[in-house]
Amino acid sequence: MSHSGTAPGPAFSRPGLMERIFRIRESSILIVAIVLIAYFEYANRDFLLTGPSLQNLSQFVAPAAIIACGEIMLMIGGEIDLSAGMVFAFAPFILHYVYAAGVPVLPATIVALLAAGAVGFINGAVTVWLSIPSFVTTLGTLFLLNGITLTISRGTPVTPPDTPLFANIMGAWGYSEILWAIGITAVMHIVLRHTRWGLHTVAAGANPIGASEAGINVNRLKIGNFIITGVFAGLTGILEGFRISSFDPLAGGNQIMFLAVAAGVIGGTSLAGGSGTIIGGLIGALVLGVLSDGFTLIGINAFLFNIILGAAILAAMLFNIHITRLRRIGAK
Amino acid sequence: MNPQASPPGGGDALRADDIIKRFGAVTALDGVSLTLGRGEILGILGDNGAGKSTLMKILTGYQPQTSGRLFINGQETALHSVDHARSLGIECVYQDLALANSLSIYHNMFLNREIVYPGPIRLLNNREMRRQAKETLDEIGVHIPSVDLPVERLSGGQRQAIAVARAVHSNAKILLLDEPLAAMGAREAGLIIDLILRLKSKGDMSIAMIMHNYAQTLEIADRIMLMQRGKVTYESAAKSTSVEELMEIVRREYRAMRAA
Repeated sequence: MSHSGTAPGPAFSRPGLMERIFRIRESSILIVAIVLIAYFEYANRDFLLTGPSLQNLSQFVAPAAIIACGEIMLMIGGEIDLSAGMVFAFAPFILHYVYAAGVPVLPATIVALLAAGAVGFINGAVTVWLSIPSFVTTLGTLFLLNGITLTISRGTPVTPPDTPLFANIMGAWGYSEILWAIGITAVMHIVLRHTRWGLHTVAAGANPIGASEAGINVNRLKIGNFIITGVFAGLTGILEGFRISSFDPLAGGNQIMFLAVAAGVIGGTSLAGGSGTIIGGLIGALVLGVLSDGFTLIGINAFLFNIILGAAILAAMLFNIHITRLRRIGAK
Repeated sequence: MNPQASPPGGGDALRADDIIKRFGAVTALDGVSLTLGRGEILGILGDNGAGKSTLMKILTGYQPQTSGRLFINGQETALHSVDHARSLGIECVYQDLALANSLSIYHNMFLNREIVYPGPIRLLNNREMRRQAKETLDEIGVHIPSVDLPVERLSGGQRQAIAVARAVHSNAKILLLDEPLAAMGAREAGLIIDLILRLKSKGDMSIAMIMHNYAQTLEIADRIMLMQRGKVTYESAAKSTSVEELMEIVRREYRAMRAA
């Protein structure tokens, strides 16, 4: 054999500082976020980064970021949960009725979160055991839950339990929601990057057959990630309910679900599965929030906002595909 | 042209006696016997549909044979699952390699066998996995600048090498390779041929590989086995046969089939 042991293939050089920064998935979206913040701070004469504006911004970012944590785990595995916005509206009413039945507020909240998790379990079980695409499964539960919530609430909002301390922890205090969002993002980032669960989720999304051949239980992972998404969606609904001190059967809905998916996609998670980032999702939600608040502050109307949001999602997708291609080609 | 009589099982890593596998009315394997000596490389040749892949699936515990006996290290064994076969030191590298493209080399090498820190949260011990991955790759002479690279950035040969390294790392004693040189250029194939020969030179690993290319097979294998329509039709030491002889056997068989 005349071959040396050296592997042929792409030649690798030691990456420079710029390339190393470039390789961090979240860097591109972070740069976009910083540029947008700088622009709107300038355009609004230093108003964006003042207390009231920041609080407003954080309340826009938090719900999308929390639900995005679940959607990102699902998207990495090649799935999606369209029903999340309806779980958002459903869970507070479970809390309300359990509390009204005489159960203290904390256990009532836990029951509501379990119910949200149960919806996630049904989404996951139907998807993997009956081999139905999750787009279809969760489209079904979307309408089903919406109908159930409207029926049990008779279409009228209710007042959350009158428990000031609990309410403040659960969203009523101005910054509590963003603290929840940051905490959940941190935990889910660790789950995705530093546990077997996260690693296997990525492997199952990148190569389902290969992951099974390695002995990974792909179905269990997927069902688990649907449950996580359900619980996060329910929790977000409860947080928002306490914040605006009203449990509204029309709250959340598809708007919040699509914002969460958009946050994930803009942040660098591929809808096709196999890769994604939780922190990118938080930054993605921040970008959406800055766009929304920034345009509102400089007086651009909501219609235009949707045009820009749509264009931003498309641009982010194209950018991501391009970056992925560049990464694959690598140093060639 | 009879298959060689199997030597006594004691010294062999793997021996199969008269394996028959039927799928309903179809007989995929019709009395296949093989031996794989310790430290030996066996090349399994044959057309599509000859039964090579079915034989592989039986040897990895993926599916059971209809009848026939398997001996692993001289012990008669009924393999009931892939995990069971693995626990006996049998590892298979499938043609699709079972790699997750977006994950790093070392995560792929430890897929589903990750090392975690002790404690309730069981965080991944990436440092230890990285170290062991490097060590294994060095040991078998695969040089890749960083085990942190995602496997999607590797060439076909490098990816095959990583899949083989994964099997080696999990302490495989019997390595089954499903077309390890498929769709590879000469240079890439050379890398894998070298790797297989280095594994052999370590002495305690036995390798059975499904191959298509006669010349490459004769270069690497100690012994070759030709399968046709579910039977072993020819078996020989690699030294005492040639590409021409193998071609002639296949040609004769083909003519007989067309005439029938």
